Amino acid sequence: MSTRESMDEVRSIAEREYKFGFFTELEEDTIPKGLNEDVIRLISTKKEEPDWMLEWRLESFAKWLEMQGHEPKWARIKHPPIDFQDIRYYSAPRSKDDGPKSLDEVDPEILATYEKLGIPLREREVLAGVAVDAVFDSISVATTYKAKLAELGIIFCSFSEAVREHPDLVRKYLGTVVPQGDNFYACLNSAVFSDGSFVYIPEGVRCPMELSTYFRINAAETGQFERTLIVAAPGSYVSYLEGCTAPMRDENQLHAAVVELIALEDAEIKYSTVQNWYPGDAEGKGGIYNFVTKRGACRGRNAKISWTQVETGSAITWKYPSVLLEAEGSRGEFYSVAVTNNRQQADTGTKMIHLAPNTSSTIISKGISAGFSQNTYRGLVRVNPKADNARNYTQCDSLLIGENCGGHTVPYIQVRNRSARVEHEATASKISDDQLFYCQVRGLGTEDAVSLIVNGFCKEVMQKLPMEFAVEAQKLLGISLEGSVG
Amino acid sequence: MTENILEIRNLYATVDGADILKGVDLTLPAGEVHAIMGPNGSGKSTLAYVLAGRPGYEVTKGEVLYGGRDLLALGPDERAQAGLFLAFQYPVEIPGVANSVFLKAAVNAQRRARAEPELDAMDFLKRAKVELARLEMDQDFLTRPVNVGFSGGEKKRNEVFHMAMLEPTLAVLDETDSGLDIDALRIVADGVNRLRGPDRSMLVITHYQRLLNHMVPDRIHVLAQGRIAASGGKELALELEEKGYAAFTGEKSAA
Repeated sequence: MSTRESMDEVRSIAEREYKFGFFTELEEDTIPKGLNEDVIRLISTKKEEPDWMLEWRLESFAKWLEMQGHEPKWARIKHPPIDFQDIRYYSAPRSKDDGPKSLDEVDPEILATYEKLGIPLREREVLAGVAVDAVFDSISVATTYKAKLAELGIIFCSFSEAVREHPDLVRKYLGTVVPQGDNFYACLNSAVFSDGSFVYIPEGVRCPMELSTYFRINAAETGQFERTLIVAAPGSYVSYLEGCTAPMRDENQLHAAVVELIALEDAEIKYSTVQNWYPGDAEGKGGIYNFVTKRGACRGRNAKISWTQVETGSAITWKYPSVLLEAEGSRGEFYSVAVTNNRQQADTGTKMIHLAPNTSSTIISKGISAGFSQNTYRGLVRVNPKADNARNYTQCDSLLIGENCGGHTVPYIQVRNRSARVEHEATASKISDDQLFYCQVRGLGTEDAVSLIVNGFCKEVMQKLPMEFAVEAQKLLGISLEGSVG
Repeated sequence: MTENILEIRNLYATVDGADILKGVDLTLPAGEVHAIMGPNGSGKSTLAYVLAGRPGYEVTKGEVLYGGRDLLALGPDERAQAGLFLAFQYPVEIPGVANSVFLKAAVNAQRRARAEPELDAMDFLKRAKVELARLEMDQDFLTRPVNVGFSGGEKKRNEVFHMAMLEPTLAVLDETDSGLDIDALRIVADGVNRLRGPDRSMLVITHYQRLLNHMVPDRIHVLAQGRIAASGGKELALELEEKGYAAFTGEKSAA
């Protein structure tokens, strides 16, 4: 390879390493660092919340205070203790009015940021079929296609707006899947959650477009605590996409979100995530700590919830999208690709809790580790005594690139009903020198070869992603692993 | 004047510290097909891998010119982009990657490197289907993952399919005939024969003479103990058949 060519290659790889690491100059409305009741009251006031919402936050905060020193320690991740008083719990772009009423009132800097991220907020530029809710630091800045969806009775808005405009729905479902005191991070979120999306699909309605939320952490020293609630009424269907990015910063930033899904009789929710939070640099400096609680409940007969995730970002990922199979004949699915490179640590998997007869679940997990990273699949399949004829199929595959990374599989299987059928398959493999050489001899460069092999490894999961997302996710896999093979 | 596509001069190579090639000299004029025969362990596959640029196969002395260029200065992917093809003796499996996806990526990587326009999916498929039919291969070879679950014969045919799609300037076939039954051998040989042309040269490595009944080479070289022990026309293959390799290796060591 000539010097010029290799220089170009180095440059392009350096540029592609994390292309979302820019910071937008904005006038921010922030509050001082630290967490106490006053901060929670302030957040609630800024969001013009009703009293019941404030009460719920304060209850959560009281619970969280009791949990001090009980951060979950069972995951295979290492990080210095997080100083929760050294984080800012609210930051919003300061707008001229109380809040944007339409896209024209959104700060052009923010619109430009989303353009850079490839998220077109302008409805005329939106790819047909994707409605976007964009969350910037602590608030939701714009939701597109709202009017068109409203014609079908679909509610798709920011969580704050839902609290104000649809309080009955929010109160009915909030915290019913992930209770306030569920775990340390979910409890913190319940106290300080900033914004997120709310979706309600009425009975019998098939949502005609993908609903999408894009999360962006912009401000420094700020945590992001979004909360998403999706309710699918009987016989309805929705496909929801979530993406996320953050600027490159030397300090670690905390992201502790909660997502609750509720699928009623014959309803189906498909939730897809492409997680690309800033992973830190090659030495492990900076990056997002991602402690997220995602859970869905199949609350009516034959309901179905499907999680698909492509996790490439974050310094630490701690995340177990789960399904409670509460009603007869309901189905849960979890399809995951988790990529770690450099010093990243991921401990991710799922929980499938079979509580009713004839429930079934499928878990396909693909872990890819490179560099000095550690990648753990941790999954629970539980079949309770009442869940006659429950079925689970689990497949966990790990792919290792290089000599210094680790891939781990930690399955927990708890079966309390003799009619259950639970299958677990696991493989671990390495990208072999033979495979790389074979690709090269056909004319493919090392990076292209790794990308091709990895995409082949993940194919079963990638096929589950909606089309536009699959293309983005494939590129992301290649970018995340660049430089991983010498 | 005939231009030489390949000139190997006094080539020495080691693998894991063992000397395998010990002064190979070989010249391949453009458009010719040469066969390399030799006993097991004589260095045939090592020569193929050294030409393709396999890591771990270290050249300690000598040079290889490819169309006048220093071949050894190029990485394996750059050699492929420059028109060198290796049909593997043991093709490698790549789970989850459809043969057509793999091959299209390869074709277009080569085209990009040569500043030629890339083939779009339709053109690629059209050509692929024609080549498959010629090799009497099923269309499902396009969708099956690369070499996964292929029989020995299918793998070898797939290599010839790759060669047909990539249209190399120089093809090195490493024991493409081994493990094939008579019918498969004929199909593979026909496939290779069809690809012969004034702009394409081939180095056919084989252990047995039988392939050369179907694919008549312009010249035959006998590789023994890491060197070319004898070269000649196609009659050399018959002589080998009659006398065995021992005569050549014996002559060499006696000399």
